[in-house]
Amino acid sequence: MSTPTLKIENLHVAIEGKEIVKGFNLEINGGEIHAVMGPNGTGKSTLASALMGHPKYEITEGTVLFEGQDLLEMEVDERARAGLFLAMQYPSEISGVTNADFLRTAINARREEGDEIPLMKFIKTLDKKMETLDMGEEFAQRYLNEGFSGGEKKRNEILQLMMLEPKLAVLDEIDSGLDIDALKVVAKGVNEMRSPHFGCLIITHYQRMLNYIKPDKVHVMMQGRIVKSGGPELAERLEAEGYDGLKKELGIEDETVNQEA
Amino acid sequence: MATEIQGANYDANYIAEFSKRRNEPEWFTDLRKKGLELSESLPMPQPEKTRIVGWNFTEFEHEVDYTPITSPEDLPQHVSRLVGQGEQSGNLLVLQNGKNAYTQLSEDLKNKGVIFTDLETALREHGDLVKKYYFTEAADYDTDRLTALHAALVNSGVFLYVPKNVEVDVPLQALSWQENPNAGLISHTIIVADQGSSVTYVENFLSDKKDGRAVANIIAEIYVGDNAKVQFGAVDNLAKDVTAYVNRRGYVGRHGQLEWALGQMNDGNTLSETYTALVGEGAVTNTKAVSIGNGEQKQNFTNHIKHFGKYTESDMLIHGVQREGASAIFNGVTKIEHGASKSDGEQTQRVLMLSSDARGDANPILLIDEDDVVAGHAASVGRIDPVQLYYLMSRGISEHEAERLVIHGFLEPVVSQLPVEGVKQQLVEVIEGKVK
Repeated sequence: MSTPTLKIENLHVAIEGKEIVKGFNLEINGGEIHAVMGPNGTGKSTLASALMGHPKYEITEGTVLFEGQDLLEMEVDERARAGLFLAMQYPSEISGVTNADFLRTAINARREEGDEIPLMKFIKTLDKKMETLDMGEEFAQRYLNEGFSGGEKKRNEILQLMMLEPKLAVLDEIDSGLDIDALKVVAKGVNEMRSPHFGCLIITHYQRMLNYIKPDKVHVMMQGRIVKSGGPELAERLEAEGYDGLKKELGIEDETVNQEA
Repeated sequence: MATEIQGANYDANYIAEFSKRRNEPEWFTDLRKKGLELSESLPMPQPEKTRIVGWNFTEFEHEVDYTPITSPEDLPQHVSRLVGQGEQSGNLLVLQNGKNAYTQLSEDLKNKGVIFTDLETALREHGDLVKKYYFTEAADYDTDRLTALHAALVNSGVFLYVPKNVEVDVPLQALSWQENPNAGLISHTIIVADQGSSVTYVENFLSDKKDGRAVANIIAEIYVGDNAKVQFGAVDNLAKDVTAYVNRRGYVGRHGQLEWALGQMNDGNTLSETYTALVGEGAVTNTKAVSIGNGEQKQNFTNHIKHFGKYTESDMLIHGVQREGASAIFNGVTKIEHGASKSDGEQTQRVLMLSSDARGDANPILLIDEDDVVAGHAASVGRIDPVQLYYLMSRGISEHEAERLVIHGFLEPVVSQLPVEGVKQQLVEVIEGKVK
């Protein structure tokens, strides 16, 4: 059996001394699409940021292996170059740096000096991916996320995903604030990436995203850990019953991580 | 023979000899002598919020030995890369250790009466014209010790004269290159755009990166006649051991226009003032300046605009980056004098600090002595946002490379608006050299 793309064991994450993720376990193998669902405040986005190495999040316990390597030992940029990608819920705005310059720098960061991507090839690829995402040509020359609407930022995250071709992408609430048409476009972009060499972890509150990107496995997160796992049918059940049915079944009163242990 | 000028111990005989060897007109020699006298009594300049005590403005070699180049092809690569290419080339003055090494001016411009040469030659060939503008309306030699010292010891400079109604549509470039790490460059630029004329001038000061104890004392006087237009671009790139005093001053007539585009990229301590007097009715000035502080560098940048005429307009956009242990003060002064009604003065100064040891301060100062005017200012000083760096790094970009992108991005709003394509490219290269 091959090494899993991502293996998370007993992960605990704290922010400003407060533990948010409490004993999270998950294994993703090449080509699998997993969804982590859950109500607000259950630690989903904290998990995503911690995997990428956000400076505010502290790993207090546990291990994360990425293709067998210790992910937590790596710097943020090393994680990215190893093949991890995080589509962020709130991407930063970088004034004065065009989308195109930024993307080219990111692509070249993965290549040896002297082996930079040829400009024409870069432009061609960029044009094609932007077309898939219904993004006008002007996006290439606009400053990175500056003045972008919420929907434009999400598309831009997916554009980066498509340009950088990671081995594993974490999509953090990529559906929030998107209307149905935009959601379809974003899903189209992700589906175009599907291959035995591309794994995906979709973090979402709602089931509707999963109508367009079919997950292999669905996990429900509450109180900072996975409380239930299943196939796509689990998402459908949540859509029908809401999270309350599941809470009752599991005997959970407060699903958030705020309750005192 | 090299002559050491120690502190205030330079001597009137030396100055007389120096002037005589250059065949300078008597009035000029007299000004040198007056400057020398005043340099002993006048105080040092007192820049707002920067202590310049201990900065070396006075110890240097006034004349140095070197091997002159004979054509621009002899310039080393780090110098020649700053020479304008293609359409930007053709009119070039190269000063090597202060002396004219090479001049090129198109026949067309010569025929139109344009004068473009070094100050020494201009004094011999166009003495009366120089006299009309040298330390007259735009600058005074008796302001402080450094202006007086400048008058006494000036050993380099540029003279550009554009006659009435002549429109020069190609840029003229002066490149001043210092090789000797202990030299004193005392450079005086005079630009005269007579009424109805227009010209773009770009100057570069750069020095070889060697250890030493050098000084640059640079004054520029820019005279913009009625209905004339001057675009003044500069990329300063003097090395770490050069203490720089840079004083650029514009004097703008009726409906004249002066556009400053400055890349202030010295590596040593720098005291800089850019001053514009909007004298005539409807005079306009626009200042765009960027700078990067590195190492332990200390800098003070004052941008000063005075509105005298009615309907005058000014706009200032200053962006500065402070890295490592560098510190800098940015003073933006907009003064609207009584009588300058219907005038408009705006200024924006932004400082970005990249390390916790870097210091930066922006002081917007609006002084308004007239009721019927519009004026505004914006200033900000901030540190680089760690979340921005995290975002860039999350795409595989190294921390250093991410900082580089953020710096370019921060300077971009100014760089992109520089009016001369050549200056823009030069500046991007110099910025790249400072942050790579």
